[in-house]
Amino acid sequence: MDLNALWFALVGILLIGYAILDGFDFGVGVLHLFARDEQQRRLSMNAIGPVWDGNEVWLLTGGGALFAAFPVVYATVFSGFYLALMLLLIALIFRAVAMEFRGKVDSPRWRRVWDWAFGLGSLLPAFLFGVAFGNILRGVPIDRGAVYTGSFLGLLHPYPLLIGVLGLTIFTMHGAIYLTMKTDGSLRQRLVRIASRLWMVMLALYVLATVGTFLVAPFLFVGAAGSIFFWALLGATLAATMAIPISLTASRYGRAFAASSTTIAGMMGLSVFNLFPRLVPSSIDLEYSLTAYNASSSPTTLSVMLIVALVGMPLVLGYTIVIYRVFKGKVVITPDSY
Amino acid sequence: MDPILLARLQFAFTIGFHFLFPPITIGLAWLLVILEYLGWRRNDESYVRLGRFFGRILGLTFAVGVATGIVMEFQFGTNWAEYSKFVGDIFGAPLAAEGVFAFFLESGFLGLYLFGRGRVSKRMHWFSILMVAAGATLSAFWIIVANSWQQTPAGYTIRNGRAELTDFWAAVFNPSTMVRYFHTVDAALITGAFFMAGISAYLILKGKETELAKKSLRMALLFGLVVSVLEVVPSGHEHARQVARTQPEKFAAIEGLYTSQNAAPLVVFAYPTDKPPTLHAPIEIPGLLSWMAFGDPNAPIKGLNEFPSGEVPPLWLTFVSFHNMVLLGIYFIVVMAYGVFLLYKRRLWNRTKFLKLLVWSIPLPLAACQLGWIAAEVGRQPWIVYRLLKTTDAVSITVTSGEILFSLILFVIVYALLGGLYVSLLVKKVRHGIEPLPVREVSA
Repeated sequence: MDLNALWFALVGILLIGYAILDGFDFGVGVLHLFARDEQQRRLSMNAIGPVWDGNEVWLLTGGGALFAAFPVVYATVFSGFYLALMLLLIALIFRAVAMEFRGKVDSPRWRRVWDWAFGLGSLLPAFLFGVAFGNILRGVPIDRGAVYTGSFLGLLHPYPLLIGVLGLTIFTMHGAIYLTMKTDGSLRQRLVRIASRLWMVMLALYVLATVGTFLVAPFLFVGAAGSIFFWALLGATLAATMAIPISLTASRYGRAFAASSTTIAGMMGLSVFNLFPRLVPSSIDLEYSLTAYNASSSPTTLSVMLIVALVGMPLVLGYTIVIYRVFKGKVVITPDSY
Repeated sequence: MDPILLARLQFAFTIGFHFLFPPITIGLAWLLVILEYLGWRRNDESYVRLGRFFGRILGLTFAVGVATGIVMEFQFGTNWAEYSKFVGDIFGAPLAAEGVFAFFLESGFLGLYLFGRGRVSKRMHWFSILMVAAGATLSAFWIIVANSWQQTPAGYTIRNGRAELTDFWAAVFNPSTMVRYFHTVDAALITGAFFMAGISAYLILKGKETELAKKSLRMALLFGLVVSVLEVVPSGHEHARQVARTQPEKFAAIEGLYTSQNAAPLVVFAYPTDKPPTLHAPIEIPGLLSWMAFGDPNAPIKGLNEFPSGEVPPLWLTFVSFHNMVLLGIYFIVVMAYGVFLLYKRRLWNRTKFLKLLVWSIPLPLAACQLGWIAAEVGRQPWIVYRLLKTTDAVSITVTSGEILFSLILFVIVYALLGGLYVSLLVKKVRHGIEPLPVREVSA
């Protein structure tokens, strides 16, 4: 594996890490819209309270890593997806402050406003990430000079919208499963029911999305089908998907969460694997695609950044695990809670 | 409208607003490290209560800082695509390093600090605020690295139509990094000191938990005096000397030196105009600028007339922001020194006017931060990377002015809302005062 391929994989891992971690935050935010009373709402916010901020850093670091390793992709895609990205940023802003602001004024109307901000600020990103991912898979209009020639409306093709709905469904299910580890009693039973139903929706959407991918981006499957790694990853993803309802039925909530995390990693991993070496396929001509080789930084930068990642990420994983262990188990509302 | 102007306005607005919060966070975090340490080691309840009080304020400030910081991570790509392509090989690395080495640290441990009280040992709890402070300070380091590289690029070569990294350490520790880093972090510490001093003074004035507020005020004043002095000598002085050597146009603009001179004077006050470049009603100290910058009162200093007219920064804005920043810097020393003097004379607590002055001084370090930043960034114009790439050649070519106008309006509305809410929640929190230690009621 050369440096460019390694960085392709590392950026993929950062995005997958982000999807798994902030994914359940988004899911919790979406479910927050459907919470039945004040206690449930406080539970859901405080279930992610100590950790959501660290989870969001995966996005910032992913953005930074993309900038450092593949600046042409960072520049072309972000300027190309301008309006969509601005909407995403505004949504993330509202989600971030909603949790902090909500409990600061003791008024039901005030809390209601921030409940909506929190919910929609989670729902919109959960949907938009899928839309963005779908657009990348389908290919975006990039010309010979790596210039984006599409429009905002062009991003709203049915295929990326389908991937958006799929993402929203998965994240919401993932959030529900996360909450089953943090709650008990009838609330937990309700969450198990929600997660199980969403699982079925997800399965149907995933089948649809796979067919859709065949239709809109057949190039993704060229080569991949001949690789043993592809089939192994597919097998693992399907096994993890099946393990979700089995674990939920057996009241093994931690295992269900591991299964839904693996499902997300598997689905995204398959797409990333099939994309390689293209980071952004061009829908004008595949020859114009931005790849791990034509859009990358210099070997010097890639090597330096590899050292940064190898030194830094084990540390990050280490203390992140410690922090998660501190807050393991049921949500406890204390005077320091939101 | 001109898309370049709009993109610049949006960048200036979003980063200016964002930059209100990190200085408070960094300064307050280090003061909390001290407060929480005293609470833990002396087992003193009053420091624990102060820690909770200011810790909540830290949480609120941090949330707005994080929310507005996300925008910055992406804005280079959205609005400055040509810049990103040109410098990505160098500029992306510090941003990624900031994520890996700093953001994870501060965000992860902030959760532990805010929510972990009582859940983790006191030692671990103190360690978590220490990591928040360290993470926030490291974060500033990588941002200053990135920005300093724009000011004084080093460790690169121009190849394949872009700047490519040749020496990582030379790029990181480029000629302006360290001096600018100390200047910026110390400014944050001053901001934190005035923040804590002002809030404590308010509580004393209102007679709320006076005994506790006296403790935090005493701490903030002593701390504030030290960092305020350090900001001017050696930090500010060294920074100016660095600018004089590495960016002579910027130096000439901020100091108002429009024609080359031997024994250049220090302009203490003047009203500058851009066209033609003139200082009106200047008050000057002969030879002082030459002496301060080069250690010799007769040293020649280049004036703006030596540079091509298309390559000098806007004069009025750089001069005015720089001079007001210096003025504020001196004000901070005077206020803090007087406060410490009153403290020493045991006459501080009933000096109502001085306590009120402290309350009203809370936003001034933030103003100084903004002014310093304007002097630094506008003083670099017309370059986005000094003498390598012009700002006008750096914007995204595919983003239309309509799109930027739309997002700019959106940001103005949203940030106005955030700013207003932040201030009102802060005021509410301070008015509410310092809470007694909660009796731990645990409910699922």
